[in-house]
Amino acid sequence: MQADSPAQGHSPGVATGSDPHHGRSYLIGLGFALVLTAASFWASSTPLVYARALPVLIAVLAVAQMGVHVAFFLHVSSAPDQANNFLALAFGVFITALVVFGSLFIMANLDHNMVSMDQLMQMQR
Amino acid sequence: MSATIVSLDLDPEVPLSQQGPAPARVVAGFGFWLFLLSDIILFAALFATYAVLSSATAGGPTGTELFDKRHVFMETLCLLASSVTCGFGSLAVARTDARAMYLAMIATFVLGAAFLWMEVTEFAGMVSMGAGPSHSAFLSAFFALVGTHGLHVTLGLAWLVVMLLQVATLGFQPMVARRFFCFGLFWHALDIVWIGVFSIVYLGAH
Repeated sequence: MQADSPAQGHSPGVATGSDPHHGRSYLIGLGFALVLTAASFWASSTPLVYARALPVLIAVLAVAQMGVHVAFFLHVSSAPDQANNFLALAFGVFITALVVFGSLFIMANLDHNMVSMDQLMQMQR
Repeated sequence: MSATIVSLDLDPEVPLSQQGPAPARVVAGFGFWLFLLSDIILFAALFATYAVLSSATAGGPTGTELFDKRHVFMETLCLLASSVTCGFGSLAVARTDARAMYLAMIATFVLGAAFLWMEVTEFAGMVSMGAGPSHSAFLSAFFALVGTHGLHVTLGLAWLVVMLLQVATLGFQPMVARRFFCFGLFWHALDIVWIGVFSIVYLGAH
């Protein structure tokens, strides 16, 4: 009955009330996080990765590691009893993306439309 | 130490409509989760600022000249390890196991303090090189972003000390356990923000 009664909710950070494998989730998370961290530091200092693809690779590794932390450390998932937490997380991610990409887009656009310093000097002559 | 945490598990025999409002721990956890998301939006604004200003070095030193990746890697390991020990500490709080809790949480404190010490030495080194926050827009954004994260870690350490004192004086009361649980969420969230910091600021330096 509990399985189909999601309304009561469930706080983030608790896997399930008395899960004996709860401690193991931190160790699994630690393993994944170490591999991903080592991979991004390695990628940034090796000549083997194509330099222009590097930011994308590091971003992918960072997003993956954030996912690992959310799933294995915060224990937030898309399970039915976690609908509130997951929706709040989705909204937070949405606002974060809006702020970051919106700012970058607007500033790049302003920069593009701005008269360059050289041209400004020419005009003042 | 006789008081135990109110069980989070719902009684499956009682229909949901008769179980009343969600337990305090669920409500407190959800409220604190919302606060953490708002805090991450604060960091989003600082990340956006940094991303816009990261090439505005005003002829001063650039990120690649200033940052030492090995140092940052050690900082990352400290914070990651402290996040894991904090998780084990939270489990010990849930079991009301005082000895395991003190062990894990003191390890968390030591690792967090080590992280902070490394960050402060890095900042001090940069300022003594003349690369302080007033030197260029890039450095202002750097100190604002990384400094705000460091400030959060400092406040987290202070909170941890308060929680250890509360457990020592009040024992594992439901109220204390709820606060400790929120501290754990805060500490894990700081580690998530740090992933963004090391990926964008230190590894993305140009």
